[in-house]
Amino acid sequence: MRAGLLLNMGLRSLARNKMRSFLTMLGIIIGVAAVIAMLAIGQGARTSMEASIASLGTNVIMVFPGAQSAGGVRMEAGASGRFTVEDVEAVRKEAPALRHITPIARTSAQIKAGGANWRSSVYGVYPEYLDIRQWEVTSGSVFSAAEERSGAKVCLLGRTVADSLFGAGSDPVGQSIRIQNLPFRVVGVLAPKGQSSFGQDQDDLVIAPFTTVARKLLATFNAQSLYASATSAEAIPEASAQIEEVLRRQQRVPEGESSPFMLRTQTEITQAATAMSTTLTLLLSSIAGISLLVGGIGIMNIMLVSVTERTREIGIRLALGARGNDILLQFLVEALVLSFVGGLIGIALGVGASALLASTQGWAVLVSPSSIALAFGFSAATGIFFGWYPARKAARLNPIEALRYE
Amino acid sequence: MAAPMLAVRGLTKNYRLGDIEFQALRGVDLDVAPGEFVAVGGPSGSGKSTLMNVLGCLDVPTTGSYHLDGESVERLTADHLALVRNRKLGFVFQSFNLLKRTSALENVELPLLYRKGVSNREARDRAMDALKAVGLADRWRSHPNQLSGGQQQRVAIARSMVNDPVVILADEPTGNLDTRTSLDIMEVFQGLNARGITIVLVTHEPDIMRFAGRHVVVRDGRIVKDAPNAPASARAQVAALAARGED
Ligand SMILES: Nc1ncnc2c1ncn2[C@@H]1O[C@H](COP(=O)(O)OP(=O)(O)OP(=O)(O)O)[C@@H](O)[C@H]1O
Ligand SMILES: [Mg+2]
Repeated sequence: MRAGLLLNMGLRSLARNKMRSFLTMLGIIIGVAAVIAMLAIGQGARTSMEASIASLGTNVIMVFPGAQSAGGVRMEAGASGRFTVEDVEAVRKEAPALRHITPIARTSAQIKAGGANWRSSVYGVYPEYLDIRQWEVTSGSVFSAAEERSGAKVCLLGRTVADSLFGAGSDPVGQSIRIQNLPFRVVGVLAPKGQSSFGQDQDDLVIAPFTTVARKLLATFNAQSLYASATSAEAIPEASAQIEEVLRRQQRVPEGESSPFMLRTQTEITQAATAMSTTLTLLLSSIAGISLLVGGIGIMNIMLVSVTERTREIGIRLALGARGNDILLQFLVEALVLSFVGGLIGIALGVGASALLASTQGWAVLVSPSSIALAFGFSAATGIFFGWYPARKAARLNPIEALRYE
Repeated sequence: MAAPMLAVRGLTKNYRLGDIEFQALRGVDLDVAPGEFVAVGGPSGSGKSTLMNVLGCLDVPTTGSYHLDGESVERLTADHLALVRNRKLGFVFQSFNLLKRTSALENVELPLLYRKGVSNREARDRAMDALKAVGLADRWRSHPNQLSGGQQQRVAIARSMVNDPVVILADEPTGNLDTRTSLDIMEVFQGLNARGITIVLVTHEPDIMRFAGRHVVVRDGRIVKDAPNAPASARAQVAALAARGED
């Protein structure tokens, strides 16, 4: 039989039972929409994760207090789990695979400028911090190493802080602010970095000299963590080893005992993130797969009902010269039309849902043409796979028994 | 006599009912010449429909041989049987067996859909011609539920003839119709027979058998009587009825 005719027959027979056809398609519609939306969310999550890992800086190595003991239980950071300025200097001198290193002293503080008031994070760092993170200043300049050493009360504002205190787009360089009632002079404004993948505003911070933040705001000489960069991506493992060695010696960790600090490299973070997003994608795809499966079973169910209902029709067609294959094709085309139309509606719905998520939730959501092709391919495959059994059942009917069926 | 159109020898058909074998046909020999109009009668359960199913290539015999239009068909595959049904046979059933929610024209087109090389247009034209031949050209749009029993059976006859079959097999085609309508239907059959189509028709009613050129009676799966008959003219009877109605 001609293809056009088969298609026409299929469409008409489904149009006769509009409500039923729609309900049957619902499973596929939801399945395909889920595939599209899930893939879009997964893809979007991966992309923004990659972006935020890149925004950490280049060839970054981070050192935190605390150790991972056997069994994965993270031990409490003890008094020794702090880093002194001497530790930093020792590492700087004795780790040639490092390009930069800075201690970090971080606190949360109330910041005032005139009548404006804002709560933000204050990072005390060496000027190199901005090199490591590849962070530019849009106006003013970074404080100098000398200012850092002398504990000058100068600071750089993140874009969000500048906007909140001085108004959107303002240039507060030269202005004075108070951090926990200590006066600071604004020497620069940081280039905006935007949101991280977890919705965190990366521009909501103040950067000041390490010495100033540690002594004046935190009343300590020590750093909470270290932030370093290796000379190249290849040098990351070597640089990590050097840092570990120097710090162990500095902190007099006995041989054979685990270090009271831990290192995280950008490579490791990338790997962890990739593993996470792979898990996420897998999880989302299995949800989508299950909904397609359910949709397929729905199609199979209705096609079986339809074959039974139309046994007489099948008998008539067989008597008039239809071969088993003609009947098979007829029912297969019906199943395919169901899944195709369902697939198309599902794609529209999935793209719509993705766009909605992107605009209302601010999620990074990417609908790729390949995911549309995938969803469409899946729905077609579902139609063929689940339509096959009922169609074959129809094709194998005995003409006389089919004709006699009431 | 010319080579027979249907030639059946030693035909048996057994049905399995649990452990026992039921013999619905117990050795049937039958030759039907081209252009014959055969009426098959006999009591209920005698095996008439079983015989028709075998003759119609809808069922295969248990034993025996069957030649249709010179071709041996008793050992053909299902697909080949479908081809034979499509090209050589036309069926008319007691219960009409039209597709519901499908127009008369589309019902008549049906056998042509399963024939290669017939365009949509040609199928449409031929179906329209067939409807014209049974006097229903003006009802081509109607669905079966909008037609009377007699009209539905005429659509079915149009469908049986649309593919130019050599034989039309009709199993109690007037079983669901009143006397007057039955006469109309028999007139159509006689018309088709006059055009050279061989017809085998099963009926219980002696009134209907009169219109055939040969009477075959089946009893307990065997042919017990096979005799020629001088056929009555259905057209004349219809005309006579009409004349009486006008009085
Ligand atoms: N599929 C079947 N399975 C078992 N037995 C069957 C089957 N079909 C027919 N029979 C039996 O075969 C016998 C002949 O049946 P068939 O339908 O040929 O009779 P018939 O002469 O057409 O009767 P009627 O005039 O009532 O239509 C019957 O006894 C019937 O019960
Ligand atoms: Mg019967």
